[in-house]
Amino acid sequence: MLAIDNLRIGFRTRNGHVEAVKGISLAVGSGETMGIVGESGSGKSVTAYALLRILDAGGRIEAGTCVYSGIDLAHAPERQMADVRGREISMIFQNPRAALNPIRKVGHQIEDVLVRHNRAGRNNARSKAIAAMEAVKIRDAAARYHAYPFELSGGMCQRIVIALALACDPRLLIADEPTTGLDITTQKAVMDLVAALIRERGMSSILITHDLGLAAQYCDKITVMKDGVVVETGDAVDVFARPQHAYTRRLVDATPREGATVRSLLPAEARGPDPAYTVRDTALLRVQNLEKTFAGKSGPVHAVKGISFRVRDGETLGLVGESGCGKSTTSAMVVRLADPTSGKILFDGEDIGAVPAKSFARDKRRGKIQMVFQDATDSLNPRHAAGRAIEEPLRRLTDLSARARRDRVAELADLVGLPLHLIDRFPHQLSGGQKARVGIARALGTDPRFLILDEPTAALDVSIQAVVLNLLADLRARLGISYLFVSHDLQVVRLLCDRVVVMRAGEIVEEGEADQVMHAPSHPYTAELIAAAPHPPTLKS
Amino acid sequence: MSTAAAKSGQTAFGHILYVLKDNPVTLIAFFMFAVLIAMAVVGPSLVPYDPLASEAAVALQPPSWAHWFGTDSLGRDVFSRVIVATRLDLTISVAAVALSFVAGSVLGGLAGYYGGWLDAGLSRILDTIMAFPLFVLAMGIVAALGNSVENIIYATAIINLPFYARLVRAEVNTRREAGFALAAKLSGNRDLSVLALHIFPNALPPMMVQVSLNLGWAILNAAGLSFIGLGVRPPTAEWGIMVAEGANFIVSGEWWLALFPGLFLVIAVFTFNLLGDGLRDIVDPRRRT
Repeated sequence: MLAIDNLRIGFRTRNGHVEAVKGISLAVGSGETMGIVGESGSGKSVTAYALLRILDAGGRIEAGTCVYSGIDLAHAPERQMADVRGREISMIFQNPRAALNPIRKVGHQIEDVLVRHNRAGRNNARSKAIAAMEAVKIRDAAARYHAYPFELSGGMCQRIVIALALACDPRLLIADEPTTGLDITTQKAVMDLVAALIRERGMSSILITHDLGLAAQYCDKITVMKDGVVVETGDAVDVFARPQHAYTRRLVDATPREGATVRSLLPAEARGPDPAYTVRDTALLRVQNLEKTFAGKSGPVHAVKGISFRVRDGETLGLVGESGCGKSTTSAMVVRLADPTSGKILFDGEDIGAVPAKSFARDKRRGKIQMVFQDATDSLNPRHAAGRAIEEPLRRLTDLSARARRDRVAELADLVGLPLHLIDRFPHQLSGGQKARVGIARALGTDPRFLILDEPTAALDVSIQAVVLNLLADLRARLGISYLFVSHDLQVVRLLCDRVVVMRAGEIVEEGEADQVMHAPSHPYTAELIAAAPHPPTLKS
Repeated sequence: MSTAAAKSGQTAFGHILYVLKDNPVTLIAFFMFAVLIAMAVVGPSLVPYDPLASEAAVALQPPSWAHWFGTDSLGRDVFSRVIVATRLDLTISVAAVALSFVAGSVLGGLAGYYGGWLDAGLSRILDTIMAFPLFVLAMGIVAALGNSVENIIYATAIINLPFYARLVRAEVNTRREAGFALAAKLSGNRDLSVLALHIFPNALPPMMVQVSLNLGWAILNAAGLSFIGLGVRPPTAEWGIMVAEGANFIVSGEWWLALFPGLFLVIAVFTFNLLGDGLRDIVDPRRRT
């Protein structure tokens, strides 16, 4: 149905010509779902954009052909492409909110596509748009027809994007990371919906993802890409169970899965014994009846409804939940960036919740509780070089001289494995993994006893995630720090945590030993979370 | 420490060179800016005639080798007056822009960071300023305070203030909850130092574009005030007055009186407008590779 042959795509950049896709070939059969798997920079999205000829400025198809039912998409005239897009081949984009026009009602956006491809006239566009919305299981579609994208949840927006993509019954659907940024239960609902629609309409599809579990679960065939090259193609089950290429094997290893330990995520040659650490039976942090209420437009919003938990000295506690469950609000209160409405935060026996967040910046305990942020890019000041970022807490919270601070920065960089020559670089000159290391080094500068890890690996590729998780495990063993690991991903949490707290709608629904929560959840919501996560493939060899 | 400072100085200088080399328009703009600055600094001591000395014998002479830009109705050398006026015009525009930059940054920064009633109050006041036709407002201020150089500067600063305040407010507001601002708080920075040292510098690149455009406007504004008689008083050499005085003579054929000061006005405004992108690229570390 679609045959890509020796496709090359290049980009003109300030640093000269860059080849993003270096001669790939792949074929998608009729009714088949092809998964393209790879880490960032592997050229998987660029390939998809090239198929629809919507490459960014400066990008060019330099060689090769993409033949779709007799049309060479790489060389077809623009007029023909306009007909192909949407009607023959359509695409589901990564960020549904960005893919929708924010100032146009979603129903009208669907109508636009229908009218453009002559699938509807003025009189029946509305009813057809509503039918398209019903097809993607949007309840009360006639009312939602008038909604603007900002009025809908992320999952709902993605359904609208899917409705847009499927409105004209395309023969080939390209889904580019369709569920990134969605909650795990929403992800399952959306993916099940897409899979059902594809089967129902007998479409072919290409699923682009970094998530091996997702690819294995929903695809018939898998193509693994790395640095613009296809390293392996094959049957979905075989590729991951019996990888032929070392890179595929490394990806499978690095994906957190049932029964894995933090060390087993690393490539075989880098593995060692899991670092040992001790947990003392004294409570370092004790949270009692913590409550947070925001003043919302329609009455007060109870973000956190009186939760209590404790973290022992040296222990790692996982705080798990989906977006809006109150886990971020909780961690913001514990790290003293936000004030609780009521309740106590006892750190080493003292109630730090009593000190307003405003003045905690100058509190002597400020350096003892630090945080590693979710998005390393966002958490580094774009105007400060890496060394300056690591130095900042030392400057404000310690009395070290300039020379001593410089030595300490070097020591910290060494501790987190950041090469010294990188400390003069600005954030945009560093890779994702390097930025994560800078964030961790900054948090460790003042010798904290307690570190809040707010989804520290959510924005990272799996192989880098594996390295960062191992770094965190090593640091815990070396420095005896306690962690509060906030995440939406139970599989990742399990790797590092002794105990897990599961939150939902501002309340703790389950608390227990990590293994027990994973294997014998006592609350149905926890069970639902575990079931919704795609099951990553395991090696058979 | 000294070596580190020297090193960062070197890279900053290298970055400026890179920006200049990368974009020829920026290079031309910086060259023209340097010429203007040189005229303002050393011009008065190099000009061939005293800009205020009148010599009735040579009044209203067209451009010649002795008087490159001709002479005016009192026999003063137009070339000398145009060059000498550079200092006054640049001083007015730079001082006015600096004032509105500082005041606008402080007000906009506070409004954007704290929000609430402070933001609402400040925004309404700035809206009120912008509701007036700006040049008419400047005329009113100068008329009320009296026309001295300081008052022209204040008037120009006040009418430009809302542009800076709004820009800073928007830039600060979007970064208030950014990860690096939260991280700065965790590093022991109080609210004000988070704002001043971490968030505000990120607003500099778009500010630089505003500054350079505004320098041009400020010169035009000062010249405009002088033109209608509300600015610098004769016989001081200033481009706006010279154009105003010269305009009376255009009908009788003495075109050089208005043309040359007007030309320098145009060149100065043009230079400042071209400067913007280059300044932005220089203060934006993300442009470094």
